[in-house]
Amino acid sequence: MKKIVSSVLAASMVLSLAACGSSASVSESTAASSETSTAATGESAASGSYTGTPIKIGGIGPITGGAAVYGNAVKNAQELAVKEINAANGSDVFEWQFEDDENDAEKSVNAYNNLKDWGMQVLAGPVTTTPSVAVASETVNDNLFMLTPSASSLSVILNDAGDESTARGNVFQICFTDPNQGVASADYIADNGLPTKIGVIYDASDAYSSGIYEKFKAEAEVKGLEIVTAEAFTADNKADLSTQVAKCQEAGAELVFLPIYYQEASQILIAADKIGYAPEFFGCDGMDGILAIEGFDTSLAEGLMLLTPFAADAEDEKTQAFVAAYKEAYGDTPNQFAADAYDVIYAIYQAVLAGGLNGDMDASEICEGLKTQFTSMTFDGLTGTGMTWDATGAISKSPKAVVIKDGAYAAM
Amino acid sequence: MNIKNMKRSTRSNLITFGIVIAFYLIVQILSAAGLLTNSFKGQLVPICAYVILAISLNLTVGILGELSLGHAGFMSVGAFSGTLVWVTMSPTTPQPLALLLAFVVGGVVAGIFGFLVGVPVLRLSGDYLAIVTLAFGEIVKNVMNACYLGLDANGLHFSLKDAGSLGMEADGKVLINGAMGITGISKASNFTIGTVLVILTLLVILNLVHSRAGRAITSIRDNEIAARSVGIPITKYKLMAFVTSAVFAGIAGVLYSLNYSSLVAKKFDYNTSILILVFVVLGGIGNLRGSVIAAAVLTVLPEMLRSMNDYRMLIYAIVLIVVMIFNQSPQMIELRSKLTARWRKGGKDETKKKGVA
Amino acid sequence: MQFFSYLINGISLGSVYALIALGYTMVYGIAKMLNFAHGDVIMIGSYVVFFTFGTSGMNPVLSILLSMVVCTILGVTVERIAYRPLREAPSLAVLITAIGVSYLLQQVAQLSWKSDPKSFISVVSGSDFLKPLTLFDGQLTISAETIVTIIACVVIMAALMWFVNCTSAGHAMLAVSEDRGAAQLMGVNVNATISLTFAIGSALAAVAGALLCSSYPTLQPTTGAMPGIKAFVAAVFGGIGSIPGAFVGGVLLGIIENLSKAYISTQLSDAIVFLVLIVVLIVKPTGLLGKKVNVKV
Repeated sequence: MKKIVSSVLAASMVLSLAACGSSASVSESTAASSETSTAATGESAASGSYTGTPIKIGGIGPITGGAAVYGNAVKNAQELAVKEINAANGSDVFEWQFEDDENDAEKSVNAYNNLKDWGMQVLAGPVTTTPSVAVASETVNDNLFMLTPSASSLSVILNDAGDESTARGNVFQICFTDPNQGVASADYIADNGLPTKIGVIYDASDAYSSGIYEKFKAEAEVKGLEIVTAEAFTADNKADLSTQVAKCQEAGAELVFLPIYYQEASQILIAADKIGYAPEFFGCDGMDGILAIEGFDTSLAEGLMLLTPFAADAEDEKTQAFVAAYKEAYGDTPNQFAADAYDVIYAIYQAVLAGGLNGDMDASEICEGLKTQFTSMTFDGLTGTGMTWDATGAISKSPKAVVIKDGAYAAM
Repeated sequence: MNIKNMKRSTRSNLITFGIVIAFYLIVQILSAAGLLTNSFKGQLVPICAYVILAISLNLTVGILGELSLGHAGFMSVGAFSGTLVWVTMSPTTPQPLALLLAFVVGGVVAGIFGFLVGVPVLRLSGDYLAIVTLAFGEIVKNVMNACYLGLDANGLHFSLKDAGSLGMEADGKVLINGAMGITGISKASNFTIGTVLVILTLLVILNLVHSRAGRAITSIRDNEIAARSVGIPITKYKLMAFVTSAVFAGIAGVLYSLNYSSLVAKKFDYNTSILILVFVVLGGIGNLRGSVIAAAVLTVLPEMLRSMNDYRMLIYAIVLIVVMIFNQSPQMIELRSKLTARWRKGGKDETKKKGVA
Repeated sequence: MQFFSYLINGISLGSVYALIALGYTMVYGIAKMLNFAHGDVIMIGSYVVFFTFGTSGMNPVLSILLSMVVCTILGVTVERIAYRPLREAPSLAVLITAIGVSYLLQQVAQLSWKSDPKSFISVVSGSDFLKPLTLFDGQLTISAETIVTIIACVVIMAALMWFVNCTSAGHAMLAVSEDRGAAQLMGVNVNATISLTFAIGSALAAVAGALLCSSYPTLQPTTGAMPGIKAFVAAVFGGIGSIPGAFVGGVLLGIIENLSKAYISTQLSDAIVFLVLIVVLIVKPTGLLGKKVNVKV
């Protein structure tokens, strides 16, 4: 079963590679794809497009502690992607190792050094923002390519978050940046005639959440949205969110913006239901996963809107194959973290093939090669099509707005 | 002077310094020979910082005999103030001077907080003191998480709400950005600075412990009423120990934060305070040399366990429990002393229990 | 009217803290140790209820009883293996061991049940006679969970006070709490008494876990950690070792936390709670009920 899935995936992967063959010099396209502009080598796509020493990819993320759920999703999806690529290629393309950082900058730098001792040539991590900022500056010194699946702050790719000219250059993101999400959310609310009296509940102790809130607030002012109240919680007092919900109700918010992760969001929905408060709810990519919480009454999420790059129940073949393979291997429905992580490995794979890179080069050479490819290529993955990167390392892809209808995502 | 004729405490101190210096030299030699892993090199500065923290906390817990669960709070205020100095001064001031100022400011600010917390709090004792220090650490974390500080042409702007409320000019720079903390710190700490600070800390604290004041402090620990009755000013000496402890926690905070490019308040939480306490207890309460060794070993241990993958922290927890029982259980101590009795001449076990290294 | 709804939120949270604090204070009073693993026993208990009641559809009362049995066995085992060898050691040594146990339980939970959050199904949700209480024409709603938690808290507090003051096992506890050596000389079995204390404390943890997660439904391996610390704070607030103190401390802590969120700042509510705590302890250095009440268990 696994083999079938992986070959389906490999085939779909190649199709997508072929589709963007015009922008990158992909050399291993199948004869079946007519769009390709490069010469077909005649080789079967399923074997041997990569030869040579495997490239060592390292992953870092929290697999213990409070943020373990994100790290484990990334770890699993990366493992899956590496296995698929290696299986499809016939010989190993990547060697992969994942280290725990407990969502802590110090541990993350330790993990990074540990991976360097192992011989890591490309870093596919870290998962969370604070560790990523610390590790990113280490990778600059080593000129080692870093592509983070989910650390969305500008501080990850820029040395000074307010100044685009201070880009680190070797650090790339596959997720939306925080400003991008905050601005896109405010724009979407303003442009689609959603209620303009807005309450916000965010996590003040979390860089991701407060980062989005800040940009949302600025854009909301521009767009003439009225933020009637902004309520915070912290990692220490998030057990009880009923007061924040009650304050939004008291302030008369007709739409509550939730730039937070899905666990807390599920608590907010339950708390709102208890007091009979039913505004519109609007979330960001961290909201993805809310339908998969074990034991959660998904009818409470009915009508919840979110901007997300990924939906586990999407109809397209690629997503379905990924979800099926992930479920079989790890028993859960993958969330947006897993999808981003999966894309990270495939994006690196595409760039490696296009740039003719291999594991005999040193990390710095590979970094230069990948930088050239990433700033010029177009990538189609689970979390979007036609993704491109600019020289700062920020991604350009368009968030999809979905609404939860009958316990599933529906396009808006 | 012959080594054998020295006072026992002097000899013990020399051994402690010898360990630190020998460790430094060995690391330098191995590093020059290219025999050290990146992983180990990366941990050298944190080890130094944790050693300083453990020594300074041992002053409160071991010498003064008061339980503190908020040591990370002092580390936090020191780290933030020192790093602010470094970030604002390093572009314009000569590096060594800026660095020195960062350490001084970090230490002084933490010391001031130590005094402010110490004055009212040292009236309490035991678990009530512990809970207040824990509360202090949590307050620092919470406030720093909500703290926004910006600098522009008009001067400093401060807000506890969000960065937008700073009301800065367009050219302004946000220095502390709430939960994001301080980012873009140019790394300045290295192992040499760390070792110098460890030696400085040991010098000051060992001197304090073996001075008249140190004896007064230990007398308060052993019997506060008796100490009071012979005219020892309790509050003065308690505060002295508490503030000294805070100052070095602040310095360690600066050392730690300047080793990374970003600094967030979340790091200095209750778990970090507990971690430092673990070093102290495992190294032996009141035993400064033990703190040095325990801090170094326990910082490296979780990294050594990385090959265990998912079971890493599980094994760490088990090791912690087993070592505590093995080290501290009266039955185990008895068993061990029986075993080691053959190797030792004369019973010097008394020094192990209460003596100060 | 809004004030009352905030107040009720506070009482609801506070009664959960109180329930956890009762277990803390029991163990502290008699064994003289801060059992930092208490919050993690709660977490284990919650998982047991989640899987038996939430997933397998067992009767909620049976499910909680089963969870109490599991937690009791767990608590007594931990006491026997990890704490008893250190009974004569410095109190800090036991504190660190308890922290080790806390890490251990979290790791075991994560390896067994994974880190992804579960949404806990309220144990009172299926009940016919436990309904939310609606007052003032629907302006004020008190959830069934809150009512059950408060009732459970008061009943348990009364039962504990009766047990400690009116039974011979309770008297043995008081004796051990007062002077362990003397109690032993008077024929009290100190080890058995302390084991019994852990058994009761852990059984309470199971009840607290079920009610904590019914009111605040996210269940993860780290779920017990923060409520555990808050409950510890509550126990000290009320005067640690005192049973009514734990109740008063817990409820007050919940109220202060929620009112400061409601009227001062949601960002700084933790700081405000802890500041109030410091002020109270400076004014009354042994907590609210620490001295007045002689019921030191």
